[in-house]
Amino acid sequence: MDWLTIFTTTVHAAIGWETVVYGLAAIGVNIHFGYTGLLNFGQAAFMAVAGYGLAVTVTVLNLPFWVGIFVGLGAAVLLALLMGIPTLQLRADYLAIVTIAAAEIIRLIFRSVQFKGVFGGSDGRRGFNGDFYAMNPYPEGRYGIGPIVFDERTLWLLTVGWIVVLLACGLVYLLMKSPWGRVLKAIREDEDAVRALGKNVFAYKMQSLVLGGVVGCFGGFFYGLYNGAVQPDVFGTEMTFFAYTIVILGGAARVFGPVVGAMIFWVLFVFIGNLLAELVANGYIPFMTSIQVGPIRYALVGLGFILLLIVRPQGIFGDKREIAIDAR
Amino acid sequence: MRDDTMDETTGESSDESKDAAVTATRKAAALEAFKDMAREPGVAKPDPILVVDKVVRRFGGLTAVDVEHVEVQRGAITALIGPNGAGKTTFFNQLTGFDTADAGTWTFNGRAMSGVPAHKVARAGMVRTFQLTKALSRLTVMENMRLGAQQQKGESFWRALVPGFWRSQEQEITERAEELLVRFKLDAKRDDFAGSLSGGQRKLLEMARALMVGPELVMLDEPMAGVNPALTQSLLGHVKDLREQGMTVLFVEHDMDMVRDISDWVIVMAQGAVIAEGPPSTIMSDERVIDAYLGAHHDAPLSDTELQAQLHDAEAELEAEIEEETQK
Repeated sequence: MDWLTIFTTTVHAAIGWETVVYGLAAIGVNIHFGYTGLLNFGQAAFMAVAGYGLAVTVTVLNLPFWVGIFVGLGAAVLLALLMGIPTLQLRADYLAIVTIAAAEIIRLIFRSVQFKGVFGGSDGRRGFNGDFYAMNPYPEGRYGIGPIVFDERTLWLLTVGWIVVLLACGLVYLLMKSPWGRVLKAIREDEDAVRALGKNVFAYKMQSLVLGGVVGCFGGFFYGLYNGAVQPDVFGTEMTFFAYTIVILGGAARVFGPVVGAMIFWVLFVFIGNLLAELVANGYIPFMTSIQVGPIRYALVGLGFILLLIVRPQGIFGDKREIAIDAR
Repeated sequence: MRDDTMDETTGESSDESKDAAVTATRKAAALEAFKDMAREPGVAKPDPILVVDKVVRRFGGLTAVDVEHVEVQRGAITALIGPNGAGKTTFFNQLTGFDTADAGTWTFNGRAMSGVPAHKVARAGMVRTFQLTKALSRLTVMENMRLGAQQQKGESFWRALVPGFWRSQEQEITERAEELLVRFKLDAKRDDFAGSLSGGQRKLLEMARALMVGPELVMLDEPMAGVNPALTQSLLGHVKDLREQGMTVLFVEHDMDMVRDISDWVIVMAQGAVIAEGPPSTIMSDERVIDAYLGAHHDAPLSDTELQAQLHDAEAELEAEIEEETQK
């Protein structure tokens, strides 16, 4: 048993690029779902349009990196407006239906043969992160403490990534303790009551949708920058539901809930995967082959989450009193 | 314009000391206005705050509301009564912008309000409560109150990010909210979740929250529904209080004792139309009202089948009520 590998990969997962990407997606979902009560099931679409916005701008249009970032952000805002205008006036479940459909439409457009010249079909786009790593101030080498080391590229991505995560948390903190955030939380509880108190509910829901989408779209940027590529099938519904799982794990409507949720999510995922692989490789589980480790790992992680939520239904940071009120 | 009305109400609450005299005059003034008024539906009032003309609302083939003309006198407490299904709540929803009328116009303070969205109706000074109380459960009592205040600087996204912009205003709002909470005896619950309050306390909170808007016309949809008898007196007192402070009250109610106790004028609806108006002391002896409540042939002997049917209806109603109670 290679406990050291299990340990280091697990620690890597806790602060690694997946945690950054999914943490940002989850912070966005937390703004939508946790604070405003909007069921946006298309968070992956926000990440996709951002990733592709950057990739296509740089590789197809040959424009600079920063223009690509702005195109990606603009695309996320536009997407929020497009989905929100027809649906935010309707009952909450319509948004869920529309967003999940929109996310699939966007994914299928990105992988379509028709637009292969622009989006690259099912191969996606690659080679747009050069400018990002050209800005890397860390000289070549390996950095870390003991067995936990990163190369200079990963370290640069994680530095920027965690700065963005912390900025997003700061933004959420400031907003949610302000009267603006109070209106959002009130909309989550009962939007008619908020209307009766003279607030333009539609405008607030739209602002929430745009904000959460923009925060989530940074996850799309970092995904593309780390992997050096964007590929349509990555941005499937699975990504959205991982983000929801993370929010609920960490505790909805809590500033650091999504970040800690993302850490737990990836730690569990990587730890269970590696542990199983090691156990199988060393013959401790004779009835399993190493090929079966992948799917079994998903099942076990799912089981872990179920147990966690039975013990702490309010998530890690949640307030038990709030859950009690829900049940009434 | 909003500021003016707010000053007016706060100014009035400050000279509560010379109360008794004011109360007497306010009530007397209201009664004086109604003296010798015709008992016809749609009768003209000397100083109407709300004038409704030809409002129609159909749900498929059912005409839920068909009000020819009705006026609500300023500074008085007007009750809107009628048997179940008379269209009282639907009428309320039309007037407050929560539902769109198929036809008709109405003016509030001389300003046309048809087609105006709910939040703008509230801003204009016409604030409603709901039959099924809408306390914002996972917000504290204080946050519920603060939400009611209008023109909050911190409710705009960008200014929300800089607490300096809104902190002093928040302080003023909190002080105003605290005064109201003391008046409604909810000050001890200040930091509790609204969801933890009892049914009656939620009614009180909803009314207090509506007052935070600084309304001219308060519209209460069944303020006594589901309130335990001990709280009824206190709620009645608060409704009378509203008139003392110069507000106009229009309320829907089933409890005739309450209607007789606090209203200055009664409007009766049946099958969507206003069928009678009059002072509370005599309205229930009006032929049209008796017919509406008991059926035109109520004093004719019943046939056996009719008796059976009536018994069946009564039982069904009782069961429905029991079910509603148990669901709470």
